[in-house]
Amino acid sequence: MTIILGIFLLTLLVIVAIGIVQAEDLFTGVMLTGIFSLLMAANFFVLDAADVALTEAAVGAGISTVLLLGGLALMPGRERRPRKMHWLALGVVTLTTMMVVYATFEKPRLGDPQAPVHQHVAPWYLEMTPELIDIPNVVTAVLGSFRGYDTLGEVIVVFTAGIGVLFLLGLPGAVGERRPEELAAGRSYLGHHLIPQVLGTLLIPFILLFALYVQFHGEYGPGGGFQAGAIFAAGMVLYSLIAGEREALMIITPRTLMILMAGGALLFGGVGVLTMLLGGGFLDYNVLAQNPVTGQQWGILIIELGVGLTVTGVLLAIYHAFAARGR
Amino acid sequence: MTDLLSWLLLLTGSGFVLTGGIGLLRMPTLYARLHAASLTDTLGTLLILLGIIVQAGFTLAAIKLIAIALFLLLTGPTASYALANAALLSGAVPKARLLDDL
Repeated sequence: MTIILGIFLLTLLVIVAIGIVQAEDLFTGVMLTGIFSLLMAANFFVLDAADVALTEAAVGAGISTVLLLGGLALMPGRERRPRKMHWLALGVVTLTTMMVVYATFEKPRLGDPQAPVHQHVAPWYLEMTPELIDIPNVVTAVLGSFRGYDTLGEVIVVFTAGIGVLFLLGLPGAVGERRPEELAAGRSYLGHHLIPQVLGTLLIPFILLFALYVQFHGEYGPGGGFQAGAIFAAGMVLYSLIAGEREALMIITPRTLMILMAGGALLFGGVGVLTMLLGGGFLDYNVLAQNPVTGQQWGILIIELGVGLTVTGVLLAIYHAFAARGR
Repeated sequence: MTDLLSWLLLLTGSGFVLTGGIGLLRMPTLYARLHAASLTDTLGTLLILLGIIVQAGFTLAAIKLIAIALFLLLTGPTASYALANAALLSGAVPKARLLDDL
């Protein structure tokens, strides 16, 4: 059954990918990338990777489609026709494709217990998580504790990307001090559409609540800071679509956005420094409490919060940067 | 008995979704296509979810499915409305014809 579903989804994925390449209308391309991400999320879910599926659905299909549409508003809607064939590019792509196809011959079968990935550190993680950290979701344990350095790196990458976009699109317009009358010029996008407005107002509290659930339930089920940040940002983007950018920026002010962006990364790094001051290694949560297991749980909870804050801040800041620019 | 009911709901729901899909491909104009897709999709998805709820019985899964059904019941028609409204605003006026013209 898994195989049939997998083949079905992957075939659709290839069709959508060809559609993206073929699409000359950029809007169509953006919509198809959203569908691509949703199919990929379904595929991850079929393979029992619920955490990755949730991330892909929230980030890939949800918020990045919104950000791409925001970017699309700043440029012409159609793809520029290439003037001549790029034979070198075609050659490189063909060669890479052939290499990847060749590499799949070496790939172990799906679900093969002898596959290298199941022989390396994964058994140790599975075996030691109940003893060392004692949380049901091993993915969160790996992400937050065993590979905490990687996660810190990812948060810094997100933070850097946010800074980069804000520098490119004009910092004062998006984050920082904006005068009230400048904000008042904010256009209310769907303000005159009654049905989306009523429904959005109804759903937004639940979306934000669900984001908090995903954030703080990450130890017990699929979820964590990345997914929660994306869902929270999506809820706020929906609010700014139906109530207007100005209203959204009054709730989460540009200054707050900046504090969220930097504060999350700072919180994550701060936990690392704190554990060092308490006599452990960097991001060694054992020293955070009397009982090392409790310390691990506290550490994961706090760093996940840091991840969530940074992701929310960066995504919202990028959205507002696009929205302010498009006006 | 529950299996029979669940089968009935699942098959009816799938039938509606299939009808919607065929309608989406075969209908002539944008609004007719939207009409075919939106109504059948909402009803079909709800029936399929109901079928799964019957299978799940009184469990936590059933409550989650009901939450999903409520969400779809609210968002599906709204999305259709937003799509139709966007089409209208971008200048696609529905072609209305009198019976005499046909």
